[in-house]
Amino acid sequence: MDAAIRVEHLSKRFGRLDVLRDVSCAVAEGEVVCIIGPSGSGKSTLLRCMNGLEEASSGQVFVHGVPVHDRATDLDAVRREIGMVFQRFNLFPHKTVLENITLAPGLLRGLSAPEARERAEALLAKVGVLEKRDAWPNQLSGGQQQRVAIARALAMQPKIMLFDEPTSSLDPEMVGEVLAVMQALAEEGMTMAVVTHEMGFARRVADRVLFLDEGRLLESGPPDDVFTQPREERTRQFLSKVL
Amino acid sequence: MEQEILWFGWFRADIIQEYEALFWTGLRMTVGVTVVCILQGTLFGLVIGLARLADARHAVAKTACRVLLRWPATVYVSFFRGTPLFVQILLMHFAVVPLFLNPADGWLISGDTARDLRQDYGALITGIVSLTLNSAAYISEIFRAGIQSIDRGQMEAARSLGLSHARAMYHVVLPQAFRRMLPPLGNNAIALLKDTSLVSAVGLAELAYAARTVAGAYSRYWEPYLTISIMYWLLTLGLAWGVRHLEARYGRGDSR
Repeated sequence: MDAAIRVEHLSKRFGRLDVLRDVSCAVAEGEVVCIIGPSGSGKSTLLRCMNGLEEASSGQVFVHGVPVHDRATDLDAVRREIGMVFQRFNLFPHKTVLENITLAPGLLRGLSAPEARERAEALLAKVGVLEKRDAWPNQLSGGQQQRVAIARALAMQPKIMLFDEPTSSLDPEMVGEVLAVMQALAEEGMTMAVVTHEMGFARRVADRVLFLDEGRLLESGPPDDVFTQPREERTRQFLSKVL
Repeated sequence: MEQEILWFGWFRADIIQEYEALFWTGLRMTVGVTVVCILQGTLFGLVIGLARLADARHAVAKTACRVLLRWPATVYVSFFRGTPLFVQILLMHFAVVPLFLNPADGWLISGDTARDLRQDYGALITGIVSLTLNSAAYISEIFRAGIQSIDRGQMEAARSLGLSHARAMYHVVLPQAFRRMLPPLGNNAIALLKDTSLVSAVGLAELAYAARTVAGAYSRYWEPYLTISIMYWLLTLGLAWGVRHLEARYGRGDSR
């Protein structure tokens, strides 16, 4: 069976800057992969290439066998099956919490208003912010906003979830509540690719950890191996600074 | 001769009374032209603004967007903002409109119909077309700035949910941009309202034309021009109030 996400010889240049250099990796069905590495190593770019938010300079990404970086591919259709959560939440500030979540399923999944609302409320209950359903995003704490953002992505019932440093702009006391939601999702068997600086989370939840440095994939393996006996000197140096 | 009516010892109110109908007609014309041009200018301005932002992912379409949409839109905006509206009105009335509506060989309409149209509606057509084109240039810049001011993350979040570019624009970016565009759009509407007075130069019977007629008949200037000044002032106050009302209404989710 084909992997949920397969990245083949992916390179990305911004002008003269090589952000990704010939990266190949895969995320299997139901697998949780954490992508770690120093800032500027290309982690976020790799993730954003997976749903085509970033265009590849060369190489290809296959999502369930469908080439993302191909003119013939209906990118909107691919994205409907991939949820994405951003560092800065990116909730729609002109819509209430509930409207944020019901917008896409209503437009793209043909859900009636009551159906969309029901699904949204179930998801809000799941991420623990049901009581905020009628609030505006800016009335929520960072942790609540990010949990709403997760619910918004889940409302499309995606098969894959991408997380781009989901806790990096949160106050420390709110990191836990977001990671707990993500861990619960992982335990339900969601296929996840997570760019993160939370080494504890990566170690506890990930099936596999990828280490990126200067646009190269240097290391890939189970968290226990990567964290305790990294093969590369560069990985060792990075881990010694963050652990 | 009617009885002279003096207000405050110097204001000949009877002149205004005598020409009351002319002022009301002028007011209706001014308001009508303003409303029509705001609506058309906003629509056309949105089109021009989107054209100035047009871009595509792939090389061929990218070049097409630049050459066929962005460049013409940029030249358009540059011309209409870079030349005086008064000159545009004269050019429209005496050069452009006769090209399209001409008894001899109009590009659009010829013969007697063209003659009658020019006679009866020439100034109105000139006014509506030039003010629409001119305000569209300014409004397109307001749209462009408004859209560009919305954080990229909003478009990315909408696209990553699977919304098409058009739907993301319509449901996510434009509503937020519109809220930010309201104050400059309001300013633009007020400017447009006042600029309608320029069209009196080619004979459109709006407020300024009414005042000039009265001034010519009596060789009195305070009465007619003060009267229309107050009418313009009340209209702009009303517009400003309307815009504030809209801002409050579309301010959903703002800092509160």
